Amino acid sequence: MTSPTSSGPTTDPRTPPAGTTSPKRRGTELALLGFAVLITLAAQCIVDLTVTGSLRPELATFGIWFTALWVVAHVVVRRFAPYADPLLLPCVAMLVGLGLVMIHRLDIAGAQIGGGQTSQDAPVQLLWATIGLVLFVAVLLVVRDHRLLSRFAYTLALVGLVLLAIPALLPASISEVYGAKLWIRVAGFSIQPGEFAKICLIIFFAAYLVDKRDVLALASRRVLRLELPRGRDLGPVLLAWFASILVLVFERDLGSSLLLFGIFVVMLYVATERASWLVIGLILFAGGAFVAYKIFGHVRVRVDTWLDPFAYKNTGGYQIVQSLFGLGTGGLFGAGLGGGRPDQVPVAKSDFIASAIGEELGLFGLVAVIVIYLILVERGLRTSLVVRDGFGKLLAAGLAFAVAWQVFVVLGGVTGLLPLTGLTTPFLAYGGSSLVANFGLVALLVRISDAARRPATPAATPQPKLVDAPTEVVKP
Amino acid sequence: MNAPLRRVAISVLALFTLLILNVNYIQVVRSSALRDDPSNTRVLYEEYDRERGSIVIGGNPIALSEKTNDQLTYLRRYPHGPVYAPVTGAYSLVYGNSGLEKVENDVLSGSDPRLVVRRLGDLFTGRDPAGGNVSLTLDPAVQEAAMNALQGVTGAVVALNPKTGAILGLASTPTYDPGQLSSHDPAAIRAYRQSLVPTGGNADPLSNQALGERYSPGSVFKLVVAAAALESGNYTPTTTVPAPNTLRLGGSELHNYNGESCNGGADQALIDALTISCNTAFAQLGITLGESKVRTMAEAFGIDGSSGFDMPLHVVPSTIGDIADDAALGQSAIGQKDVQLTAMQAAMISAAIANKGTLMKPYLVDSVQAPDLTVIDQTDPKEMSRPVSANVAGELTQMMTSVVANGTGRKARIDGVQVAGKTGTAEVGTTGDGAPPHTWFTGFAPANDPQIAVAVFIKNGGKSGTEGTGTGGDISAPVAKQVIQAYLNAHGGG
Repeated sequence: MTSPTSSGPTTDPRTPPAGTTSPKRRGTELALLGFAVLITLAAQCIVDLTVTGSLRPELATFGIWFTALWVVAHVVVRRFAPYADPLLLPCVAMLVGLGLVMIHRLDIAGAQIGGGQTSQDAPVQLLWATIGLVLFVAVLLVVRDHRLLSRFAYTLALVGLVLLAIPALLPASISEVYGAKLWIRVAGFSIQPGEFAKICLIIFFAAYLVDKRDVLALASRRVLRLELPRGRDLGPVLLAWFASILVLVFERDLGSSLLLFGIFVVMLYVATERASWLVIGLILFAGGAFVAYKIFGHVRVRVDTWLDPFAYKNTGGYQIVQSLFGLGTGGLFGAGLGGGRPDQVPVAKSDFIASAIGEELGLFGLVAVIVIYLILVERGLRTSLVVRDGFGKLLAAGLAFAVAWQVFVVLGGVTGLLPLTGLTTPFLAYGGSSLVANFGLVALLVRISDAARRPATPAATPQPKLVDAPTEVVKP
Repeated sequence: MNAPLRRVAISVLALFTLLILNVNYIQVVRSSALRDDPSNTRVLYEEYDRERGSIVIGGNPIALSEKTNDQLTYLRRYPHGPVYAPVTGAYSLVYGNSGLEKVENDVLSGSDPRLVVRRLGDLFTGRDPAGGNVSLTLDPAVQEAAMNALQGVTGAVVALNPKTGAILGLASTPTYDPGQLSSHDPAAIRAYRQSLVPTGGNADPLSNQALGERYSPGSVFKLVVAAAALESGNYTPTTTVPAPNTLRLGGSELHNYNGESCNGGADQALIDALTISCNTAFAQLGITLGESKVRTMAEAFGIDGSSGFDMPLHVVPSTIGDIADDAALGQSAIGQKDVQLTAMQAAMISAAIANKGTLMKPYLVDSVQAPDLTVIDQTDPKEMSRPVSANVAGELTQMMTSVVANGTGRKARIDGVQVAGKTGTAEVGTTGDGAPPHTWFTGFAPANDPQIAVAVFIKNGGKSGTEGTGTGGDISAPVAKQVIQAYLNAHGGG
């Protein structure tokens, strides 16, 4: 596996022979995008008709704007990443569209309760989606080859750590929301730098692990059928673990901590193929979690309310109990868009948007959303399987797993499977930084998938300079 | 790196499967438990979101929902609040529903199966599903007269149409304002409820004196004994019965009211014994008839101590209790001991006699209407029992007319209208020096063509002692008179 071979397209069974044209599938992407846009617009109409009985004039503007977003995205992909995976963008469009529908629906509910006092978050979210799209286009235009990113690995690591550390260093009045110090709140804007830090750090992890994986894969001895790494190689994983603990302590956020550490351990496992890293990671996490539970009040509260939310239904468990009520009331088919009371759940637009979907679209709607995430993630992992360079593999795997892990932790929290965390639901939830950052994340996946599916011509493959990452023979 | 990648892909699939299974568990298995959890305000909001049906009398609402700008869309209003509170009950966020708001909730909220066809229609026409209306048999004139007459006392009035069983009046005091219990402000609701909590042995306004409480009926029960005697075939109104000045019952002696003599100690015609409400005569008559005949007749009138009935508000059962021996039977025959009636039951006795011996089942809901006011269910009068023959009913009517014309019920007399009735003054406790007695009157009018049967109960309304101005005839009969007059005036009778 680790024996380097010269990069040659003919040795990779997944790559079509040079000269033949592989299908680009841009038409499929366009059709699916159209489908996603159609569903979004229909859902918007249903919300308005159910709640207010008439269609807003703004709906036309929204329809044109929203359609234009994906037309632009499609055209840019067609031009600059023609071989990109055709399912990534439609999945994102559907999730963003559904999120906008639910946020608009909650806007209306808020206006009704507030006695005419309107909070218009949906247009703001549309604006964020537009900014996200700008980032998407920018990434595709600037990063013509994902391998170039590895050159900036250590710069990105620094940027990531700084972004991660900023909220912890800022005074609580600027950085604290609902007890978690994850924010920068300036002049009415709330930015969660952790969302961008996540991507920077994944890029760094990928570059670093590709560089060091041979060393990290060295086994020293076998214990219980596990090949344990040498003691001195434990450094990086301990560092990541320590950084996660710092996040937990200083930003008081279980979610970000769990997210970063989980991504790192999984990428380490993929890079080294040593299951022992997973076990070590799990042990470290369990130990850290146990100590955190013992030491930190806020962690203990989270865990206790997770174990028995109904015992704290008027205090710490209020959110999760309301969320469960919403889901239970929604049942199989849901109350219908505009028919439920998703506004009963605090912060339904951001943290609990999934329970709003479960209440109004029912089990079927919520499972459909989970399946869309699953498709997005599995297409990302598939990209990782197919792409030929090690850095691209690790980066795609890291990005895809980041989405999967975040969705699992958030939806698990909202549905009572896991303790609640402060993470946001990618693409769906209200929140600018999360949306914009995830557009950037998808742009990277699109870029890598374009490289993965592009018919390889030796001339067109630039030699990686900094990272000596050879393409490898895929084991059957 | 592809082998671990595949494993990661499969793990992600497993994690998402776990999510989906958990969501299934919550939204399917635990769905109804979560939906019906008392802390789940969604069902409540949904209920308040829908226009709840009205409770109407002759087309005029006494309970209706009005749209507000509140979080709870519809507010329940009671235009005549306290007057109809014993019937409507309240629709309270804090204390739940009571009265008709509770028992007719399915119709009012729109979930009643009889409304389903229309609700399916609503689905297609896109209208908000609205609740059905409940139209009552009450007569506003009767209800208002009864509630007015009971002001300041704890008591009850029940008025029935003897021919159908339709309830014309259902009054209970002290009363309350259901609107204040049905507001959208939990703190105000709690404060109002707190202000209603009775002090010093007074009755709770939320308890229904006409349906939910039962009391010793005193001499009103003599009607049942008289009916048993006449129905036995051995007696007519003119048959003389022993009417001693005192009657030895076990270890104690029974006197007549104020120690008076009924007929100087001599035997007395049954009609006269009832007219002056002779205790010793009826105690002896009960003993002579035997427990079986008295109990059978009581049960035929509905006094069976079983489970009561719903009309649709629940009426607790009236009872004559266990009768151990003749002494107890004598006490029971004059409505003391363990005999306990609801005001509703007292009205039913008069109604059965007025309706030629046939007791019609009392009912309060005349019809159920769809939101568009079309009638979807009309109540048909139903026979409940036939305690006495038409002949005996006629004899009892004659005797009750005499009570009002010549006897203890004189204060129920109405010019130009023959009123039939029977008074009751029930001792409370073991001695006459305790709490004031309960006062009763039950009767009907006009005697020759009965249109309304009335029972009036006033708790501790009488006066103990010797003045003779605190009997059922003094306190309760005038109330019955006002109620009957109100009805006859409103309907051009009399």
